[in-house]
Amino acid sequence: MDKRLERILPRVQKPARYVGGEYGAVVKDPAGVDLRFALCFPDTYEIGMSNLGLRILYGVLNGMEGVWCERAFAPWGDMEAAMREAGLPLYGLESGDSLRDFDIIGFSIGYEMAYIAMLDMLDLAGLPLRSADRDGSMPLVVAGGTAMYNAEPVADFVDLVLLGEGEDELPALVSLYRRARQAGWDRRALLREAAKLPGFYVPSLYQIDYHEDGTIAAITPLEGAPATVTKQLVADMDRSYFPVHTIVPSTEVVHDRVTLEVFRGCIRGCRFCQAGFVYRPVRCRSKDLLVQYGQEACRASGYQEMTLSSLSTSDYRDLTGLCDGLEPFCREQHVNLSLPSLRADTFSMELMQRLQRGRKAGLTFAPEAGTQRLRDAINKNLTEEDLQQSLRTAFSGGWNSVKLYFMLGLPTETDEDILGIARMADHVVRCWRENASNKNRGLRVTVSTSWFVPKPFTPFQWEAQIPLEEYERRVKLLREAITARAVTYNWHDGDTSFLEAVLARGDRRLGRVLEEAFRRGAKLDAWQEYFDLSRWLDAFAACGLDPAFYAGRVRQRGEIFPWSMIACGVREDYLWRERERAYQSVPTPDCRTACGGCGANSLVGGTCHV
Amino acid sequence: MSKLRLCFVKEGPAVYLSHLDLLRTFQRVFLRAGIALRHSQGFHPHPLLTLALPLPLGQASSCEVLDFETNSEEDAAALPERLSAVMPAGIRAVDCWMPEKPLRELALLQAEVTFCYDQGTPPACWQGLEALWGRESLIIQKRTKRKALADVDLRPMLREAVPVREAGEELTFRVTVQAQEPGLNPALLAEAVRLYAPALAPDFVRVRRLALLDKTGKAFR
Ligand code: SF4
Repeated sequence: MDKRLERILPRVQKPARYVGGEYGAVVKDPAGVDLRFALCFPDTYEIGMSNLGLRILYGVLNGMEGVWCERAFAPWGDMEAAMREAGLPLYGLESGDSLRDFDIIGFSIGYEMAYIAMLDMLDLAGLPLRSADRDGSMPLVVAGGTAMYNAEPVADFVDLVLLGEGEDELPALVSLYRRARQAGWDRRALLREAAKLPGFYVPSLYQIDYHEDGTIAAITPLEGAPATVTKQLVADMDRSYFPVHTIVPSTEVVHDRVTLEVFRGCIRGCRFCQAGFVYRPVRCRSKDLLVQYGQEACRASGYQEMTLSSLSTSDYRDLTGLCDGLEPFCREQHVNLSLPSLRADTFSMELMQRLQRGRKAGLTFAPEAGTQRLRDAINKNLTEEDLQQSLRTAFSGGWNSVKLYFMLGLPTETDEDILGIARMADHVVRCWRENASNKNRGLRVTVSTSWFVPKPFTPFQWEAQIPLEEYERRVKLLREAITARAVTYNWHDGDTSFLEAVLARGDRRLGRVLEEAFRRGAKLDAWQEYFDLSRWLDAFAACGLDPAFYAGRVRQRGEIFPWSMIACGVREDYLWRERERAYQSVPTPDCRTACGGCGANSLVGGTCHV
Repeated sequence: MSKLRLCFVKEGPAVYLSHLDLLRTFQRVFLRAGIALRHSQGFHPHPLLTLALPLPLGQASSCEVLDFETNSEEDAAALPERLSAVMPAGIRAVDCWMPEKPLRELALLQAEVTFCYDQGTPPACWQGLEALWGRESLIIQKRTKRKALADVDLRPMLREAVPVREAGEELTFRVTVQAQEPGLNPALLAEAVRLYAPALAPDFVRVRRLALLDKTGKAFR
């Protein structure tokens, strides 16, 4: 072990995060590989190791001949400071080698607040932040993940963006890199070739011109780059890689369990949900394969916790059959099977009761809005009657803790909708009084609200986020309307959601702001411990940009978005139509009930197998 | 059903695993090896695993001891290999047997302590340290569980300290200390040096446990 590291580790919190060596971590002989890949997650180890995508890509890359893929996470502040002080550059957890010596560095970026952590990691690796300042002697820096559907805020820092699901794109990247090395291409030539591959977006090959008012006048592809880059996906989930043999962290992480991905995409089409649109269409894994993977993964890891994961697990066609298939094994091996993201319907509740085998974990529902009118506007297909029905079952079965999630500031929201949230909470209390089988333990209801952030590739991508003062007024309105003693109200900090709204629909000019904020000390800003909005506002001011232009402005139909060169399969006119239906509070049926013709079927050969 | 005792090595990256991390890791190691542990009875059943003497974070060991009970009859001789195959880096099982003595009879701990001096070992270092170990008392201040500072005399807990080697910037000696009730963390000896012979204070201390002994000085089985 590096002597500097040995000296640092006893002084920092949870040093086990920084040493690797977990069961399942892949160690190869550096002399036996020709390509070193650093998979980077711009958040802490505990968050990164809970990410299924990271494990999939790690497995895919290490399964390739001649490739050694390692991991790197953002160090916590104490470690970061100690590393800088000791002059210890960011290193791969498996080998301890400095990231600077890798061939490719790949960032998985799931949320906007991770942008700044990516800059911190690049800097800690001793690399210039800007792509233009790095040459072929330095690692190629690529990025992917949900937040890269609008990569523009980080366009100046990454060399290449991989759009969509990386399983097939990363092997293509590896062969491209090898070809470039063999042919002796320089970085520029490599990027020009990369732009020809499906799903590969090279930001430096697009020229952006702006109108005087700051909106985009034109996006011009250069040097033969395509006008639009379309995301790539795995059409057949049964042939996609599942990490049966994966890393088992020795120290505690957030989600420490087998995550069985039952499907990708979602049939629902909630109008605020970016994942629901960018991952279209839905693609399911078959039941028997899932049963097999689940058992193998538990045996291989020693995990006794397994969760079925997807955007809406109740929508898995044969969920009962899947649970029937897994249950005997789980019972015999004492594995707890959990089903998060269940809908509030009788079927799901009965299933949950069956699986919990007497344990009574808290119930979680996400009505998102307080009135049927607003739920129709956002296409959240949940009625109060569904919820009441589920709660009746749950309360008479002995449950006594309920969490309800809502958003404030949704388009068309009125005070009536906000007061509706308080009313729903009251109805929960009443329902408990009328149905609880055991009232001695009391009832706990938690109402949580977040501040709606309009995202690219959703029907609300044209919307303004409501101003901060208005958000705070709405929080206050709700806080005062919630009176029942059993109900606790939590609301999101507004500062973070504001910055998210700025970055989510930001353009390339924000690169300067990110750099400035980083110089002023921003780093792990997804964490309240480090986030400071004033630092960001100063950075905006220093760059002469107005954050409200990004967060609080209604876009006109036809405006060129910063992400207009990207296609996720769902057509813009479909999104616009969905926006109009939102304003009429008209719900749209899910893909299974009736295809709405969003266009995503073109990604899977013409027909969605919903 | 078997009641067994395992001796394992903890070194390399594994020295940074806390006591809780290690217990969690062992639960999964047994499951991966296909060995069902016996669980406690009661509302929250947990596997019956006992680590003899928690190892301070950052220290290595060649002689950690874990007691466990299995549901099935297990061949103790075959276990170290089976378990080692599914352990994280830096942990390795070396021996397994039926316990001969209860854990409370574990009396002494032998460890190798290395003092690192970034500017090279100070002159007459051995003599200085020998003199220090020879004192009648070595009182240092230590935080108690209630976070208050208390005086602790290390001397009665230190049974023996013998030089092992001196190599460049490192100086290694072997100590035998009391293991429990109260036990001495060998790393604390550096605290005493800092107080009573500051010129010999090391820049960094490394500890590796070598053996656990009973009160007669024989290997603890
Ligand atoms: S094309 Fe139709 S079925 Fe396919 S994702 Fe779009 S709306 Fe759903």
